[in-house]
Amino acid sequence: MTPLLKVENINKFYGGRIGCADVSFTLYPGEVMGIVGESGSGKSTLLNCLAGQLEPDGGRVMFDTRAEGMKDTVSMSEPERRMLGRTDWAFVHQNPRDGLRMGVSAGGNVGERLMAVGARHYGDIRGKAVDWLDRVEIAEDRVDDRPSAFSGGMQQRLQIARNLVTGPRLVFMDEPTGGLDVSVQARLLDLLRGLVRQMGLSAIIVTHDLAVVRLLADRLMVMKSGHVVETGLTDQVLDDPQHAYTQLLVSSVLQV
Amino acid sequence: MTQSGQYNFAYLDEQTKRMIRRALLKGLAIPGYQVPFASREMPMPYGWGTGGVQVSAACLTPDDRLKVIDQGADDTTNAVSIRKFFQRTADVAVTEDTTDATLIQTRHRIPETELAEGQILVYQVPIPEPLRFLEPRETETRKMHSLEEYGLMHVKLYEDIARHGQIATSYAYPVKVQGRYVMDPSPIPKFDNPKMEMAAIQLFGAGREQRIYALPPYTDVVSLDFEDHPFEATKANHSCALCGASDSYLDEVITDDQGTRMYVCSDTDYCATRRAQGHVGLQGVPLEDNAA
Repeated sequence: MTPLLKVENINKFYGGRIGCADVSFTLYPGEVMGIVGESGSGKSTLLNCLAGQLEPDGGRVMFDTRAEGMKDTVSMSEPERRMLGRTDWAFVHQNPRDGLRMGVSAGGNVGERLMAVGARHYGDIRGKAVDWLDRVEIAEDRVDDRPSAFSGGMQQRLQIARNLVTGPRLVFMDEPTGGLDVSVQARLLDLLRGLVRQMGLSAIIVTHDLAVVRLLADRLMVMKSGHVVETGLTDQVLDDPQHAYTQLLVSSVLQV
Repeated sequence: MTQSGQYNFAYLDEQTKRMIRRALLKGLAIPGYQVPFASREMPMPYGWGTGGVQVSAACLTPDDRLKVIDQGADDTTNAVSIRKFFQRTADVAVTEDTTDATLIQTRHRIPETELAEGQILVYQVPIPEPLRFLEPRETETRKMHSLEEYGLMHVKLYEDIARHGQIATSYAYPVKVQGRYVMDPSPIPKFDNPKMEMAAIQLFGAGREQRIYALPPYTDVVSLDFEDHPFEATKANHSCALCGASDSYLDEVITDDQGTRMYVCSDTDYCATRRAQGHVGLQGVPLEDNAA
């Protein structure tokens, strides 16, 4: 089986400080990878390097493109990388305001990616938008409302719909449940788990919430100070942590 | 000493005109591409056509016949002041006749009379960037132009249809030039968009935003639309009250405080020419009677 994404020795430095160092892993189609760690451990830096939003200082990110097979996304041309960014990749931001156009209606938000890849039929675009709003449990009559009229949870779901409408194969998520209350969080996780399984998506989820990775991720990577300190199957890492920092992380979760 | 003697010909110094001409040539070579230029302070406020005036100044020769229109009319403030400006500083002949003019500076209209080869049409442009209100970052819009990422332009049209049931953008309607650059045609009514595929050279100047762009003659100019909501060049569904023309763009004029209104050609030269030919609209009077 060919991997979907092969990351080789990614480095990113902010001046003398380490963003992330020597990160390597392989992601196979249909697999969900969790990245956990404390604030400032380099999770988001790594994710942004993988998604082409930051340029890494070293290393390769090989992605299995539809046309040409495995290709290094770091050295590919910018138009090509941006094309991937709106077709095969999706990026779900922690704050939906970063990922949505707040001045554009929900339907327009979902339709933007379709129009960016050449859809020019209003009826079709709108039909698809309504269909996707339905899949993320947003009522059809909200299609012409602006995201600013939506609650935080709805905005996050709208952001997910907007990203998945072009049928991406790899989704990057940066704290998708951050800032949501627990019941909304649970529904969102439920929805995400359903979509990931249904569409056979691969995903890389950055979070500091261990419950989220327990529910969604097949494999787990624990980061500290820019380095990966432990990797393994999610249950294995969470139930039998080997590294001192992972042990600390797991034991820090508050029990209700 | 006449006032024209106190200024260099057409107000701007030769080096500045040369700089603007370079930008114009580059703009003509890459139709629809916004060329940055070092816009000068002009003796009029921004928004009054400082970009168009600079482009006109760089194009004028002593033999030119200049016509200036504002919303189609030769006799409104903006048109009169710019025409006077060039009469004083360049001492060029001026005309109101569209076919007679060699250089026409316009604000927000294209003349109804078809322009011919050898004529130059200069537009005053307030905001040259068609993506400006969708994407506020200049770095990002430039990247979108260079990578030809114009999906966002259709998001605006989508929003129009979603909110109003049709494409409600009625002026500054975005166009795609020669299959490449998306361009803001300046705030001309979309009625004028089909006329942009013309024999004359079209030059666009934005003074405050310091951009020049251009269309060479016979360039393909396609108004953006959806397959199921095609582009329509709309105008008020009347004919001109003075000259009876049904094919020209109309201004709505309120004539009293009871809501009475009349529709007249916005292109004054076109209207006057038709009336001189004997065409009379519903509220018009034949020219001879008028004079008597």
